[in-house]
Amino acid sequence: MKDTTEPHTTADGRKIGGVLMEMRNITLRFGGVEALRDISFDIRAGEVRAIIGPNGAGKSSMLNVISGFYHPQEGEVWFRGQRRPSMKPYQVARQGIARTFQNIALFDGMSVLDNIMTGRLTHMHAGLFAQALWWGRAQKEEVANREKVERIIDFLEIQHIRKTPVGRLPYGLKKRVELARALAAEPMLLLLDEPMAGMNVEEKEDMSRFILDVNDEFGTTIALIEHDMGVVMDLSDRVVVMDYGKKIGDGTPAEVRANPAVIDAYLGVAHD
Amino acid sequence: MFYREAGDFKTSYVADSQTFPIAFDRWRYYAVLAVAFGVIPFFINDYWANAVLIPFLIYAIAAIGLNILTGYCGQVSLGTGGFMAVGAYAVYKLMTAFPDISIVIHILLAGGITAAVGVLFGLPSLRIKGFYLAVATLAAQFFLVWLFNRVPWFYNYSASGQISSPERTVLGVAVTGPAAPAWASYMICLVFVAVLAWVARNLTRGNLGRQWMAIRDMDIAAEIIGVNPLMAKLTAFAISSFFVGVAGALFFAVYLGAVEVGEAFGIQKSFLVLFMIIIGGLGSIFGSFAGAAFLVLLPVFLKNVLVGGLGWPTDLAAHIELMIVGGLIVAFLIAEPHGIAQLWRVAKEKLRLWPFPH
Amino acid sequence: MPDTLLFAAEVTLNGLMAGVMYALVALGFVLIFKASGIFNYAQGVMALFAALTLVGIQQGQVPFAHLINAVFGTSVHHFGWTVPSLLAIALTVVVMIALAIAVERLVLKYLVNQEPIILFMATIGLAYFLEGFGDVMWGADIKRLDVGLPQGLNSVIDETTFNIFGYGFFIDNLDIVATVIAAALVLSLTVYSQFSRDGRALRAVADDHQAALSVGISLRYIWVLVWAIAGFVALVAGIMWGTKLGVQFSLSLIALKALPVLMLGGFTSIPGAIVGGLIIGMGEKLFEFFVGPLIGGATENWFAYVLALLFLVFRPQGLFGEKIIERV
Repeated sequence: MKDTTEPHTTADGRKIGGVLMEMRNITLRFGGVEALRDISFDIRAGEVRAIIGPNGAGKSSMLNVISGFYHPQEGEVWFRGQRRPSMKPYQVARQGIARTFQNIALFDGMSVLDNIMTGRLTHMHAGLFAQALWWGRAQKEEVANREKVERIIDFLEIQHIRKTPVGRLPYGLKKRVELARALAAEPMLLLLDEPMAGMNVEEKEDMSRFILDVNDEFGTTIALIEHDMGVVMDLSDRVVVMDYGKKIGDGTPAEVRANPAVIDAYLGVAHD
Repeated sequence: MFYREAGDFKTSYVADSQTFPIAFDRWRYYAVLAVAFGVIPFFINDYWANAVLIPFLIYAIAAIGLNILTGYCGQVSLGTGGFMAVGAYAVYKLMTAFPDISIVIHILLAGGITAAVGVLFGLPSLRIKGFYLAVATLAAQFFLVWLFNRVPWFYNYSASGQISSPERTVLGVAVTGPAAPAWASYMICLVFVAVLAWVARNLTRGNLGRQWMAIRDMDIAAEIIGVNPLMAKLTAFAISSFFVGVAGALFFAVYLGAVEVGEAFGIQKSFLVLFMIIIGGLGSIFGSFAGAAFLVLLPVFLKNVLVGGLGWPTDLAAHIELMIVGGLIVAFLIAEPHGIAQLWRVAKEKLRLWPFPH
Repeated sequence: MPDTLLFAAEVTLNGLMAGVMYALVALGFVLIFKASGIFNYAQGVMALFAALTLVGIQQGQVPFAHLINAVFGTSVHHFGWTVPSLLAIALTVVVMIALAIAVERLVLKYLVNQEPIILFMATIGLAYFLEGFGDVMWGADIKRLDVGLPQGLNSVIDETTFNIFGYGFFIDNLDIVATVIAAALVLSLTVYSQFSRDGRALRAVADDHQAALSVGISLRYIWVLVWAIAGFVALVAGIMWGTKLGVQFSLSLIALKALPVLMLGGFTSIPGAIVGGLIIGMGEKLFEFFVGPLIGGATENWFAYVLALLFLVFRPQGLFGEKIIERV
């Protein structure tokens, strides 16, 4: 396989750097079921890395391991060149990892604006008493973060719904708000779990454009789980293919497409 | 026509995030404050103070406190009565041990003590959720009532087991004890309500409030995006208990004057405050006021109509009150789970368009 | 054997019996929770209401007498007849079934898709309503409940243990009857849910409402059925507790005590309710016996809750509940 694993500049001018996150021999079990078996792959800074595979392959579980929500029984996670000790999800978030969820996980009791503002919380530090008294530090911080959030709202074109309670929004807009919330955290690594699920062609085009813009303008590293092969081939720099909890392919979209093991997995040929 | 936002554009984020963005609301709010501070104290009498205004103000504080914990942060608590008791007994011990210090300081300290106790009983919330947590708070409720009943140090070894509030003054005017004039008791409660409601508003509209609501709506997702559940839940317990403790202290010192812990702070009290926030509206400061007003006025109203007007015996009226409160809870939960606050919001929406139907 | 040990054994046995009584109330909770996911806070008040209705029917009280007298200025109280116990029990069962239907039609139907906490608070409202309603219907004074159950010291046990240990164990006949009845109830409920068609439907509904609907099970029928059974269980509990303590408001607080039982046993397990009840009953009495005198007594007010709380901290799903695996 041609080695695309060195730092380089892509054809369209994006810089892809060294390894940002690396999974080494991750094994995750739930009781007797092995969701992930000895998986290893890496994600490079600035790239768009797709994780694909048939249903039940363990892709969301992989993302949950990266988020710190599941703790693998074996294996190590390396982030920015250092071994990541077992930590709670909120500590992982503070390291600069944000994500969206397969089944939308927005806070239904709050407006769009408030939901996106929650994404800023890793950057807001005013203490309890400052917030209780509001005028002064807390208010200044709130306004400063509001400005940042408004820029993201402009970017994703959701100005018209900023005060709407999230529960009232149609599915496609909810997905966009979830993306906005993840972007608000200004993350180093953005994890997207099936961002195109349930969308029509137009919506997919919009979402693809947003994802590419995020990667291009902000240099955010993106790992995404996606089922739509067209999207995967067009958007991603490299692809990891999983099946039954194991890695069965790893490389550029073209390489992976030609991989016989991958073809078998999608056509349903049994292998062990 | 008069209730509109047409032409009322906000030019700064500060202006956009005000509590009352519509001018009419703002003026109404100032009017209420003006009447509360400037008019009522001159016309108030003992009956209105003791039957309606003072309990309303005190329960409003307790309701805001419980709303912070249950309405905003989603942690159901059935221990409100017990925590009010902590506030009451704390202020009692402080008043009797340090008679020269102002009662205002004592009340704030009592709130602080209750906050600490609240954090302690809130620790299980890190492992236990939902109903289980509600039942766990019952442990706090029953244990605390038992504690204040059985450990004589708390009631200064008095033979009756009751505690009664010594007379204290603020700025030279008595606010506790039988000599306190109605307006003075009313004013001290009003000042506490105004300050605490303002603090509650600030906390719930900022970063901390959003963290609480995130935990309430989806605690797992909240943690994944960076909310530290330990800190968020424990601060909710702490602040909520502070409010409830202050309410308890005022309830004892200013309102009742003398208290027997089982009657005044039993499980019935916990349910009463819970009903206030359900009927008033979970997750709403205005709702806390609305619910408190409703449940303070209802028995007064019923008594005047049924006993005064129709001549029915008081125990029958009390049973009917139970039925009405229970029925209303169910009715509100079915028809408008977001309480009076939501009904108010919907009414305002309609009013914005009036006289046009849509 | 030393006297304290014997006394402790007696306390333990009595605790177990008390535990059976708690379990009876807890059973009603478990049934409703299993079938509809609703935690019915009103279960205790239902027991109180059932007991009040039973006594009222037995003694020929005029329902709503108090209200009628207030509105019309009359002073009726009793019809003048008495109703034999068994018939009165049967009539009370009919009333409880009517109650179940009313609750389903007026309340549950509208709350189907709400979050559990809203459902729980609705049952609290229901409890208050029912309490007021029961008081208005039958009056709130304390009543004696007597359906002919044996009460008092069981002389057989007393003499036998005296002959063996030199110390007569005081076991109340009523407690023995309660144990037998509770065992019979649990057995019949377990058999019913495992082997009968309705019982199977009940288990289906408890698992997945949508799936049950899709195979043609009527959710509403099941709910009425479950609430009626729970009402029957409430009646039995009401009879037991009412005979022991008299029919009064504090009966509904017993239900509150059933909550720690459920926390220990898990909310969805019938055997769990029994085991939880036994542990709580025993634990309470032993704690009060050994530690109570040192710290002022009356620890039964709170011990059960603290015990359940500590237990939950280490095992959030209770003894028999299913382990909760969270997914995102």
